[in-house]
Amino acid sequence: MNRFWSLELGDWNLNYLRMVQCGLTRPSSQEEAALKGDYTLQELMVVAGSREIRDDDVVFVGMRLPLLAFQLAKATHAPRAIGIFENGILRDRPAREALYTMGDAPNIEGAIWTTSMLDIMSLLQGGRVSLGFIGGAEVDRFGNLNTTYVGGRENVQVRLPGSGGGSDIASLSKRFVIIMNHEKRRFVTRVTYVTSPGFGDGGNWREKNGLRGGGPCAVITTKGIFRFEPGTKEMILDSIHPGIPVKEILENTGWNLKLAREMKETEPPARSELGIIRKYDPGGFWTRGD
Amino acid sequence: MFSSPGMVPERMHLAQKIFSMEEAVSRFIEDGDSVAMGTALEAAIPFGLGHEIIRQEKRDLTLIGPISDMLFDQLIGSGCVRKVVAAWVGNVIMGVGYNIRRAVETGVPRKIEIEDHTNFTISLALCAGAMGIPFIPTKSLLGTGMMEGKHPFKEMECPFTGERLALVPALKPDVAVVHAQRADEDGNTHFWGGSGVTKEAALAARKVIVVVEEVVDQRVIRRDPNRTLIPGFLVNAVVPEPWGAHPSAVQGYYNRDHEKYTDYHHESRERKGYLQWLDAWVLRVKNRRDYLRRLGEEKMKSLLVKRHRKSIPVDYGY
Repeated sequence: MNRFWSLELGDWNLNYLRMVQCGLTRPSSQEEAALKGDYTLQELMVVAGSREIRDDDVVFVGMRLPLLAFQLAKATHAPRAIGIFENGILRDRPAREALYTMGDAPNIEGAIWTTSMLDIMSLLQGGRVSLGFIGGAEVDRFGNLNTTYVGGRENVQVRLPGSGGGSDIASLSKRFVIIMNHEKRRFVTRVTYVTSPGFGDGGNWREKNGLRGGGPCAVITTKGIFRFEPGTKEMILDSIHPGIPVKEILENTGWNLKLAREMKETEPPARSELGIIRKYDPGGFWTRGD
Repeated sequence: MFSSPGMVPERMHLAQKIFSMEEAVSRFIEDGDSVAMGTALEAAIPFGLGHEIIRQEKRDLTLIGPISDMLFDQLIGSGCVRKVVAAWVGNVIMGVGYNIRRAVETGVPRKIEIEDHTNFTISLALCAGAMGIPFIPTKSLLGTGMMEGKHPFKEMECPFTGERLALVPALKPDVAVVHAQRADEDGNTHFWGGSGVTKEAALAARKVIVVVEEVVDQRVIRRDPNRTLIPGFLVNAVVPEPWGAHPSAVQGYYNRDHEKYTDYHHESRERKGYLQWLDAWVLRVKNRRDYLRRLGEEKMKSLLVKRHRKSIPVDYGY
C-alpha cells in the first residue's frame, strides 16, 4: 500500500518535470525577448543569475534575487537542480508561494528534507554543493566581499550585518556567483575587511590559504556581468546590460577595469521568464522596488 | 543552582517545569548570562521572551545566535546587551539593523563587543559545546577578516593530512531559549521545519527554556519520538505562550508578519523612533495577551494557516 502510494507520487513528479521542460524553455529567438523598459534591472539580474544555474547543480540558494533566480531556473532550463537553505531545508521544487525569507512556511511545505544547519553546512564542506549565491556590500578587484565593516574593523564607518552563511559559501562551494548593486563606493580596489573570500590578492591565493572551493565565477550587477581572468584571477567585464555605456561601468569601478576580448550584451529576459519572476514576486518587493 | 557547566542538573526531570513567561525569565535568566536565541533563524524566533527580558531590564547579556532577524537589534537598542556572538545581525528582508549600527558606530545606548562568526562556525561551536569537546576544525574561515585582530579562533596544520585548518572553540551558553510548536509538561519538545542550530544550542546550554504554542499530553510525544528535537531532561522551563514568536512564523500555527519587519525598519531608523516603538510594543505591553490585543484579531486572522498540509502518520508498531 505504502509502496504503491510512493510510486504514484514518483510518476506525478516525472510528469511535472516533463511539463515544465516542454512548456517553458529558454527563448530561442529575439521575438520572444522582452523589450527594454518592459523589465527592471533587478529582473534582468534575476534572469542572469538563473542562467548561471545548471540542471545538475546543487545550489546553496540564499535570499532575495538569488532565490528568485533559483525559482526561475527550476521552472525553465534546470528542472532537476536541487536547492538547499541554511536554516535546514532541501527542496527540488520551487515553493508554491512568494517567499520573503527562507524560513517562511511555504518553503517548508513540499520540501524533501527539513533538518539542521549543521547538516546543510556539512554538505557544503563535504564538497556536495556546486553553486552558491552571495550578495555583497563591497567587492574588490579579486572578488573578495565585505559585508561586515565599511572602513575596516578598527575604523568602523558602517557596521553591516556580517557574514551569515556567505563566508562559508565563498570558502567551500565549488563555484559562487555574487549579485550586487554597481556603485563606485561598492567596487573598490581592495576591501578593508574580507567577510567572504574571493581570490585574495589574485593568482593561487586560495590554494595557498587552504581554501577548498573554486571561488567566484561571476559578478552580476545592475550594470553588467563580470568574470575572472584565468591565471591572474582578476575581475573582467564580460557582458554589458542593454543600454548601459561601457564608460558608465568604468567610471563606477574603483580600479582600472580590464575588458573581455569579446564583449557581450546581456541577453534580455524572455517574456515567459518575466512571467515566472512576477509569479514569485507578485508585489514586486524584490524586483520592482526603489 | 548549577555550580559547574556540564554538570547534570539535580533531578531536573522531576521538577515542575511549567512557568509563566514572567517567572521563567526572572528565574532562569540572570544579568551577565550568555543566551542563545533565534536558533531556527527566520522562523520561530522567541520575540515574546525577548520582550520580557527587556521589561525585566536584564543587563550585560551575551547574545549567541546564527543570524538574528530583528530580535537581537531590539535587545541591543534596549541596553540589555554587552556582547554579541553571531554570524549576522539585522533585519533579513530590509538589511541593516539600526540599533546594532548605533551601538557599534557611536556607543548608543551602550558600547557592545562583537565576536564575528559565520553560520557554520556558530553551528560548530555549539556542536562542540554539546559534545563536550574543546573545539572542532573547519575549512571555512581561512583567509577571512574573522581570523584577524581579536578573535576566538586558531589555526593548525592537520596532524593527518597536513592541510590548514581553522579551529572553532566550543560555545556553552548559560541559557538556550527555544520556541517550538509543542512540548509536554516535562519539556519533551516537538519541533518541525528547518531547525537551524536549535538542537546543538539546547544540548550545549546549561539551562534550557522552551516556549511553546501548546502544551500537549505526553502521549502525543511518545506517539512520534522522531519529531522530538529536545528531550525533556535537559529542559528547565516550559512556557505556554501562543503566538509567542510573532512576527516570525511558526510552521502549522501562523505565518510571518512581513509588514512588522518593514515597519520596524523605518520606525527604528532614529533613536527617538526606536524608543517610541519600544514604548508602544514592549514597555507599555503587560504580557503577550496584551500584545495580541494590540495586534488585533483581524491581523491575527490574516496570518493563520490557510492551506493545511497534514503529514501522513507513520507506524511505530511492532
